[in-house]
Amino acid sequence: MQSKALKPEEYFIKDEPYYQSVGDEIAIFEAAYKQALPILLKGPTGCGKTRFMEHMAWRLKRPLITVSCHDDLTASDLVGRFLISGGETVWVDGPLARSVRNGAICYLDEIVEARKDTTVVIHPLADDRRVLPMEKVGEIIEATPDFCLAISYNPGYQSVMKDLKQSTRQRFVALEFDYPDAALEAEIIIKETGIDAATAGHLVKFAHMTRDLKGSGLDEGASTRLLVHAAKLIHEGISPVTACKTAISQAITDDADMMVAMHELSSSLF
Amino acid sequence: MPRPALTFEEIISLLDVYYDAEFTFIKSEDATELIVKQPRSTQDFILNLCKRIAATNEELAFQFTLNSIRALESMDQHMVEAWAMTATDNYDRKGLTPAMSVIRDLDNYVHTAHINACGAVLDEEISVLLPFVQGLSGRKLKIAEAEDNLAYTDTETIFLPAITALLEESKDNFLIYKATVAFLWAQIQFGTFRLPFHEVLDCKDPELQLKKITALETVRLEAYIKRELPGLYRDMQILKQKTADNNTQTHHDNWQKVIDKLSAENADIDDTLHCLSLIDDTQFPVSCCYQGVLKLDQVADVMQKRIEKEKAYFRITLSEMAKESMKKNSDTPDEEPEVDSDTTFAVRNNDSNENEQQTNPGIIELELEGELIAIPDHVKQLMTSIVVDFGEIPPEHLHAAGPGEYDLKKYEEDILNPNDVWQGTYHEEGAELYNEWNFKRQHYHKNWCVLRELETEPKYDDFVTDTLEKHKGLLKSLRRTFEILRGEDKLLKKQVHGDDIDIDALVEAYGDVKSGMEMTDRLFTKMHKEERNVAVMFMVDMSGSTKGWINEAERESLILLSEVIQILGDRFAIYGFSGVTRTRCELYKIKSFEEEYNDEIKGRISNIQPKDYTRMGVFIRHMTRIFNDIEASTKLLITLSDGKPDDYDTYRGEYGVEDTRQALYEAHRDGIHSYCITIDEEARDYLPHMYGAANYSVISDVAQLPLKVSDIYRRLTT
Repeated sequence: MQSKALKPEEYFIKDEPYYQSVGDEIAIFEAAYKQALPILLKGPTGCGKTRFMEHMAWRLKRPLITVSCHDDLTASDLVGRFLISGGETVWVDGPLARSVRNGAICYLDEIVEARKDTTVVIHPLADDRRVLPMEKVGEIIEATPDFCLAISYNPGYQSVMKDLKQSTRQRFVALEFDYPDAALEAEIIIKETGIDAATAGHLVKFAHMTRDLKGSGLDEGASTRLLVHAAKLIHEGISPVTACKTAISQAITDDADMMVAMHELSSSLF
Repeated sequence: MPRPALTFEEIISLLDVYYDAEFTFIKSEDATELIVKQPRSTQDFILNLCKRIAATNEELAFQFTLNSIRALESMDQHMVEAWAMTATDNYDRKGLTPAMSVIRDLDNYVHTAHINACGAVLDEEISVLLPFVQGLSGRKLKIAEAEDNLAYTDTETIFLPAITALLEESKDNFLIYKATVAFLWAQIQFGTFRLPFHEVLDCKDPELQLKKITALETVRLEAYIKRELPGLYRDMQILKQKTADNNTQTHHDNWQKVIDKLSAENADIDDTLHCLSLIDDTQFPVSCCYQGVLKLDQVADVMQKRIEKEKAYFRITLSEMAKESMKKNSDTPDEEPEVDSDTTFAVRNNDSNENEQQTNPGIIELELEGELIAIPDHVKQLMTSIVVDFGEIPPEHLHAAGPGEYDLKKYEEDILNPNDVWQGTYHEEGAELYNEWNFKRQHYHKNWCVLRELETEPKYDDFVTDTLEKHKGLLKSLRRTFEILRGEDKLLKKQVHGDDIDIDALVEAYGDVKSGMEMTDRLFTKMHKEERNVAVMFMVDMSGSTKGWINEAERESLILLSEVIQILGDRFAIYGFSGVTRTRCELYKIKSFEEEYNDEIKGRISNIQPKDYTRMGVFIRHMTRIFNDIEASTKLLITLSDGKPDDYDTYRGEYGVEDTRQALYEAHRDGIHSYCITIDEEARDYLPHMYGAANYSVISDVAQLPLKVSDIYRRLTT
């Protein structure tokens, strides 16, 4: 089957992405969207930030343009650049410019990873000006009312060098995300993968064990995403202990002793 | 072709040297008789070990040789070596007699060696067991080795035997450890110690009573483990079969009833009490391999202290939380609200049943006057620990502490003043212990050196101003050279923004454009100031031999160096070291990494005085430990010294050099560069061996030291 190629601004999410609301984050996002306020999502990895964005894009019926930031991502990667085509230079919009023009939701994932000059282009978009200056073409694009800027950031493990600056963070409405409580997390796993409740409960218990170890040997406990991965493997017939090992233990640590300890924990549970 | 075996004469002449027979009057003949019959490789092996042991004690070496053949019959060479090292270790720690008993009691060692081969060793497994037990919920428990080889817990630490070798395979023996840890954890977590032991044991046969309680609790806790950790429970059943603990299982009529009752989901300690009367005195199962013992005295001790302490901390925290909440709700937030013990919190009753609260105390919520109060993380841990002790938060805990009700100092661990320690007799409390390398033995002396960090009192005299005045000219030129260092620029190419055009990049980009590729926007060159990320530690020899000239030169060097390092902005620390014997290694803190260079530091430098001897290895190991807490891309350890490592005891000559070398090697392994600046003319004989060929400087003229030190520092860090 040939997969369909679509421009990002034309891609609308058709089916509701499964998202289990934990608090009032959906209402807050909708309110902020109505009021044209940018949104900052905080939280550990794999707790559902990206899924939440997908869900909101579906809910608001806007295309979602996601940019995963990395340390080589510059402002021109976001705004756009001149390319050469047939002896002429052509301006090509970057993902941010596309979103602004088309009124999409632009989601900059792990914004602190990007180069510092990216904040320059975000700032005027993130306050009441809502414009994107395009230095290279000498234009300013005004954002349509549909446009929404969302960034995410994990306060947990970035270095001091990569802390989000006050001038940036104080432009956003912040939504804090954390792992859902045990019952809800189990429910999410069941919904996502279709495994039985008992196994899901054990998986969640295992996740809590690893989260308790955060700070005493682990940088981060198992995320909901990892639990879903493990559950999917279990659903395919892999034994739970092996699934925990490959999908969770191996994924969160390289330390041999820690891996064995986690293996012992999971083999105690299942 | 195998080499020919050594002859009787050859062996005896070697042994005579090893045993120092001339002075010890050890007769080497018997030992030689034994060795001469062996093939050459065995002979070499024994003689080599003999030599190494003789470096510790000749008599011990003699006894070893006599037993060596027998040892080789029952163990492989690797184990024999381990056996010999156990003996020398014992010699270090306890003296000759215990060391001799290791050698003489060979059979026992062989037996233990067998255990070692298939047994699980706590030392090795602890890195897995500790995270394992901390991953189980509840109080953060510690694991330690039990001195009496029993498994038990004092409710804060789980004590385990050093070796477990009940079963043939090490995998199973590890499982015993794991099961023991989980079982003892369950004891704490599910309330075994909530039992009023002093009442229950107040009978004519308390020992029997305790056995009965243990048996009943085992049933109850196993049921909990079955529900909480089903995988482990299965393993425990297998263990039981393998160790045949089940064979003596009796089926008393009442026993099944007991099991049913205690295995119920919400069975608690009252059920155990109730069942106590149901079983008679003879018919209950004997203990199994993982249930350990109950050490009630220790438990009572630790629990009492903790409960008191945690109550105090908890109530004080409550009072703080109450204050905060009152402030928030009051119209005059600036005023400090009064909180007394009438302020009472309440536990909010959730729908969850009590059982769930026990296993997951994190869900307890507190309210004050009907309003839910947010609980900070550290308080949650405290609450977890309290709930583990009581099964709930007891009502008397919920009164906020009144002003001045508790004196928290009472609960802080007593911190000894290191200076006071020497007032009495020597002891190791409050000191740090370090290993020392014995090159003859090719092995470490464990926890051999006792190191203490001492404060240096500043001495405010004219020394600093005099020094700065004396070296005015030098300081000026040093400043200049160091300033050049600081401002060292680097030309960065292919930049997006910059001061000048990068011709190379432009040509490349032009080529790209011509061939229809995307043109890069990185066309500029930029001057960039390189950021230094250097942490340097100066270790200053404060031995008696530095008295006079050298000491003064050292202090002058430090002053000048500190002045110019300031310019570079490098982080630096200064420590002085000296000591007498391994039991008294003293480290004088002049400046730590965190401290600012100010008048007090200058005063401390001025007060660096010659003390005793130079034992170096231990200090280097300590510095390495300090360095490991520091984030820096370059870590530099510079030693200012006036001679070889030398101490009052055996720490001289080759021994001292080899230990220092080993310590430096350990430092190197942790990414620390070491460098030595010395004024010892003979240093070329031993420093290359210790520091490596290029990592030292010998300064022949003491007066030159201040200039050279700064100069060397500049060279080293560029």
